[in-house]
Amino acid sequence: MKHSHTGFWTGFFLVLAALAVSPFVLPEFWRRFVTEILIWGLFAMSSDLLIGYTGMVSFGHAAFLGLGMYGTAAALLTVRPANLWLAIAYGLVAAGVVSIFVAYFATRLRDIYFAITTLVFAQIFYVIIFTWTDVTGGENGLTFTQPPLSIPGLVNERFTPTTFHWFVLGIVTLSYLVLRRITQSPFGMVLQSIRENEPRTRAIGYAVERYKIVAVVLSGLFAGLAGVLYALQNRFAAPDFVFFTVSGDVVIYNIMGGMGTLVGPIAGAAFFYLLRELFSRFFTEVYLIPVGIIFILMIIFMPQGLLGFLKRPLNR
Amino acid sequence: VTFDILVIQLVNGIVSGMILALVASGLTLIFGIMDVVNFAHGELYMLGAYVGVLTLASTGSFWTALLVSCVTVAIIGAVLQILTLRPLLGRDPLTTILATFGLSLVLQNYALWQFGPVPRKIQEPITGHFQFFYLQYPWYRIAIGVLSGAIIGALWLFMKYGKYGIWIRATTQDRVMAEAMGIPVPWVHTGVFAIGAAMAAASGVLFGPLVGVNATMGLDVILRAFIVVVVGGMGNLGGSVAAAIFISLLEAFASIWVSPAQAVIASFVVLILTLLVRPTGLFVPTPK
Repeated sequence: MKHSHTGFWTGFFLVLAALAVSPFVLPEFWRRFVTEILIWGLFAMSSDLLIGYTGMVSFGHAAFLGLGMYGTAAALLTVRPANLWLAIAYGLVAAGVVSIFVAYFATRLRDIYFAITTLVFAQIFYVIIFTWTDVTGGENGLTFTQPPLSIPGLVNERFTPTTFHWFVLGIVTLSYLVLRRITQSPFGMVLQSIRENEPRTRAIGYAVERYKIVAVVLSGLFAGLAGVLYALQNRFAAPDFVFFTVSGDVVIYNIMGGMGTLVGPIAGAAFFYLLRELFSRFFTEVYLIPVGIIFILMIIFMPQGLLGFLKRPLNR
Repeated sequence: VTFDILVIQLVNGIVSGMILALVASGLTLIFGIMDVVNFAHGELYMLGAYVGVLTLASTGSFWTALLVSCVTVAIIGAVLQILTLRPLLGRDPLTTILATFGLSLVLQNYALWQFGPVPRKIQEPITGHFQFFYLQYPWYRIAIGVLSGAIIGALWLFMKYGKYGIWIRATTQDRVMAEAMGIPVPWVHTGVFAIGAAMAAASGVLFGPLVGVNATMGLDVILRAFIVVVVGGMGNLGGSVAAAIFISLLEAFASIWVSPAQAVIASFVVLILTLLVRPTGLFVPTPK
């Protein structure tokens, strides 16, 4: 391909630079806000791999996020001394195992059946986590202390808000690049071909089910990573984050930001939280009334989302 | 486990199965005719219960409340369908699931805003108990089971013999041909959504006395209704009724040994097994 990538990489580094210096210029509240949006953005990107690229709407992504959180909690509560990388590994393993389980069953179905099945699976894990109080802490969840940032031979110190922001930024950027590489790989092309025309993809000779299973597991792993980061930031794991409203939120980020772009869902998460900040002032805890109405209006009048118009340049 | 616990759970299971069937048959009707998975169905059920609470408070009659609630929620449903789903006609069915999800968020938070977080109570219209050998059982539960069955039966008769019921079935079978025969398909869609909404409202009012009315009551129901609709076969009315009773019985018996919160897992397992063995639904004839 003879397309120029200069524009894309210029934009990429500009945004990256802006996010990297943001802790120095933003006040405390907004710095934390940006860090959280990066985490939710990673969660939204993971779901975009399914919604935007494979054409499968998952309404159960909270399960993967939640298992990432609880995996982190397990590592930090049971293994001494607390190790950051072990926490990430535990979180990824937990999310990975669950996503293999869900993928095996859910990918047998298509469209809305897939959506409902993922939703029901997520609720199974919610019920288990909510009622298995001895292990998961039940309704109260688990709290733990943040592990230090340790890179052997380099650093070993406690996170400050700024270094944690950079740590999250690094992981999210890396995940973005990996996901972008995945969607542009031959594997990603097959996923997009499943989205466009599944029977034809099957007829060409691709084992569609296997591709779907791998797509769900990859998506689950990145969702789990987002869960790990969220748990590390807030030092707790709670059943609320496995509840299906969280799965619904991530679908909203995708629709608002523009699915099938990877960057769009991050923008969607940012847009959602900005709207929430704005409307919480007038509507307090029922900010979802105006946000929901905006969401419905966007589905009807702006199905491509905020960044949908960049779909072609972003996927080149 | 004694014998009377088993009997009580059997009757409980059938009664709550009938209520669940009432919710699920509206859901499956809407799905069958317009390929819309109505995420907001639980919220229509919740709104129905709230309208019931308000009407009961002002009129004092449970049966008036039931009727007013059905009509009001049917109108609300029709308006919502015209505003949000009609523009999406012909788009990917997945967009409708997102739109109804948006609706459910708005309605749920609206109810929270309007009525507050404290659950409301609907007074049972029939308070008596009856004696079955040495067991006590409230008449009201029997009444809601029978009433739900009657509503579903009426729907079935209407679909089978009524003029508009035939319109609905024709639209389900072939949307384009139905339109060519002069059936106003968009209005059939609106009508079906209104009927489904009214059925959800009826179950909300009927079930209100047993569970208490709050803004999130729809969440508990919608998930089980989804399971019922998938297990019964999407768009299949009879299958939904059978699946609803089956799943409610299973949960009723499971809750003898585990807490009701965990008993839900039994129905999840049924769903998984259904998807593995027979993804088109347990209660539908084998496709030839």
